[in-house]
Amino acid sequence: MLQLAWLLLAFPAAGAVINTFFGHRFSKPTIGWIASGTVAASFIVALGLLLSLLGLPGEERVVTLPLWEWITIGDFRVPAGLLIDPLSVTMALVVTGVGALIHVYAIGYMFEDERFQRFFVYLNFFVFAMLILVMSDSFLGMYVGWEGVGLASYLLIGFWFDKRDDTYGYYADAGKKAFLVNRVGDFGMALAIMILWTSLGSVTFLEVFQAAPAGLSSGLATVIALLLLLAATGKSAQIPLYVWLPDAMAGPTPVSALIHAATMVTAGIYMIARTHALWELGPSAANLAAWIGGLTALMAATIALVQVDLKKILAYSTISQLGYMVMGVGVGAYAFGIFHLVTHAFFKALLFLAAGNVMHGLHGELDIRKMGGLREKMPTTYRLFLIGALALAGFPLMSGFFSKDGILLNVFGHSPLLYFIGLFTALLTAVYSFRAVFVPFWGQPRDRKLHEQAHESPPIMTRPLWVLAILAIVGGVLNLPFVLTLERWLEPAVGEPSFHPSLGLEMGLLLVSAVVALAGIYLAYARYVKESGWARSLQDALGPIRPLVEHKYYVDELYDLAIVQPLKALARWFAEVFDPGIIDGSVRLIGHANLAAGERLRRLHNGLVPTYALSIFVGVVVLVMYLVFG
Amino acid sequence: MVPTSYYLILSAMIFAIGAVGVLVRRNALIILMCVEMMLNSVNLTLIALSRQWGNLTGQVFVFMIMAVAAAEVAVGLAILIANTRHRESINIDEIHLLKW
Repeated sequence: MLQLAWLLLAFPAAGAVINTFFGHRFSKPTIGWIASGTVAASFIVALGLLLSLLGLPGEERVVTLPLWEWITIGDFRVPAGLLIDPLSVTMALVVTGVGALIHVYAIGYMFEDERFQRFFVYLNFFVFAMLILVMSDSFLGMYVGWEGVGLASYLLIGFWFDKRDDTYGYYADAGKKAFLVNRVGDFGMALAIMILWTSLGSVTFLEVFQAAPAGLSSGLATVIALLLLLAATGKSAQIPLYVWLPDAMAGPTPVSALIHAATMVTAGIYMIARTHALWELGPSAANLAAWIGGLTALMAATIALVQVDLKKILAYSTISQLGYMVMGVGVGAYAFGIFHLVTHAFFKALLFLAAGNVMHGLHGELDIRKMGGLREKMPTTYRLFLIGALALAGFPLMSGFFSKDGILLNVFGHSPLLYFIGLFTALLTAVYSFRAVFVPFWGQPRDRKLHEQAHESPPIMTRPLWVLAILAIVGGVLNLPFVLTLERWLEPAVGEPSFHPSLGLEMGLLLVSAVVALAGIYLAYARYVKESGWARSLQDALGPIRPLVEHKYYVDELYDLAIVQPLKALARWFAEVFDPGIIDGSVRLIGHANLAAGERLRRLHNGLVPTYALSIFVGVVVLVMYLVFG
Repeated sequence: MVPTSYYLILSAMIFAIGAVGVLVRRNALIILMCVEMMLNSVNLTLIALSRQWGNLTGQVFVFMIMAVAAAEVAVGLAILIANTRHRESINIDEIHLLKW
């Protein structure tokens, strides 16, 4: 089975190719089912790889499957190959599993769209690129996948490129923003790969990790890790490169669910977990990563509290949860970071798709101030959304509870201050999650006409969500405290955990997390359902900073002023002054110079015979002088 | 015997006069005469040196120069006559059709 791992990539690629060239002949359901079927087939292959790995003893669960000799230039050898180990198989299962469910959902969601075929080609291409990213055995292969998912993200965010509205601006601009901001991160990754090549002579994961402890000084490893961190902040939407993700909500909801919740944004966390050997050699970079994660989580959670667009709440929530994951891998809890990645994929995809159902039922409306009482009109969607919110908030015994608590436990061992930031953010998470439950679904409808039109979605858009809902509820079993199945499973790939908490600490913090989650839910209930006085006065007390938070701390404006406008001015200078003046000018100068020289020279031809006689005479004199004296 | 240097200096002076004449004079016939003068000054140089070294090669060379000079004058005069058919004057300053 391990030898057939390449099928994992071949299926979605085939799906994309078939739908590209023959899709126009197929009916819409056929296109959709071909696309979903290929991803489902990949999922089955991934399951097969899982079983094959389970059949091997623990230490041997790292298998390289070489595919072909990709690059051979003198000493520089990069064979193309797949690395099959617990980490990559886990990622592959998440990508293909959640991906297949979202593909099926999208058949229903995008059914009315005239570019249906193109959508599914792009989705399959995305899955293909993401699988390259997670399965590749070298930095360069991962980089190919990295860029590929960036491209897919651009294409899918700007899918409705001719649309424009007040919340998102020009949809095409959102795609551009994502691509350009990501590029900054990609630059970091490219530099890191180059430094690795020059200092260690290889870019294959296993060779690099083997040579790293001896071959890299701590300083160099820190530099590499910092560059990788830059890449991760771009792809996984952390400070400072998170600004593209809220705008990316301009894309269709299945895209938001797949790419900007479950898979692409997790690439950064995967990358850090994969390259953990380098981070362990450069601990200051890892520490910085943890703090960036924590601060991003806090900041995004505060912004999510005041958003009125349902998808943007979820977008900032994603940034915040990614912050948790980065915090986790930053303090060395790689298994818990991946655990939260997996559970987050389940419940965030669920939430996004449920939001998609709301959008579908309300004909595109996403402003929660216009919603209310939807649980009567869309009961199934309500229940699904509720399950997702419970998992997100960390309600005890849901999957999110265990994964988030696991990260916080490890963060406590690293820095208590960071732990409190994480804990406070968990409180905020519970509040905004249930704000998103209570405001649209409970209470009285705020817009009568909208409420009248609301309807539940067809089964094709609810059944996949039930699968995700069940996973969101029971997903915690993957890594229960003290049982730690996932942690042991991932050991061949990410090493043994360094932090071993005492029983008392673990139980204590578990209890604290549960209390915080319940407190947050109650706070949201008090404010948005009961509208209690004390909840309102708490909110009013924070009134002064509300405009700051509503404007997302003016980060977009700051970037625009400090980076975008100067760049545009520079581009304008190049286009209007440099290019016509200097480049065109130097070409024209050659022409002018020729003409000017010619102008001078033609004055010799005055047509007078004595002049010609003089020139002959002078020439002879010079010649004779040369022969006599030279 | 007259020192050879006298002949050479004379020849140089005649050559210089002829050269200046070619460059300065406007009448085409005068220019042709000055050209002849230059050729003859060279003849004088050759004869003088031939007498000094007692080598007859110089004098034979003079015969060739004279032959060439004669042919050249014939051609030059023919060009001049052909030119006169276009305009009356033989002022070479007026022949400037090759001007830019």
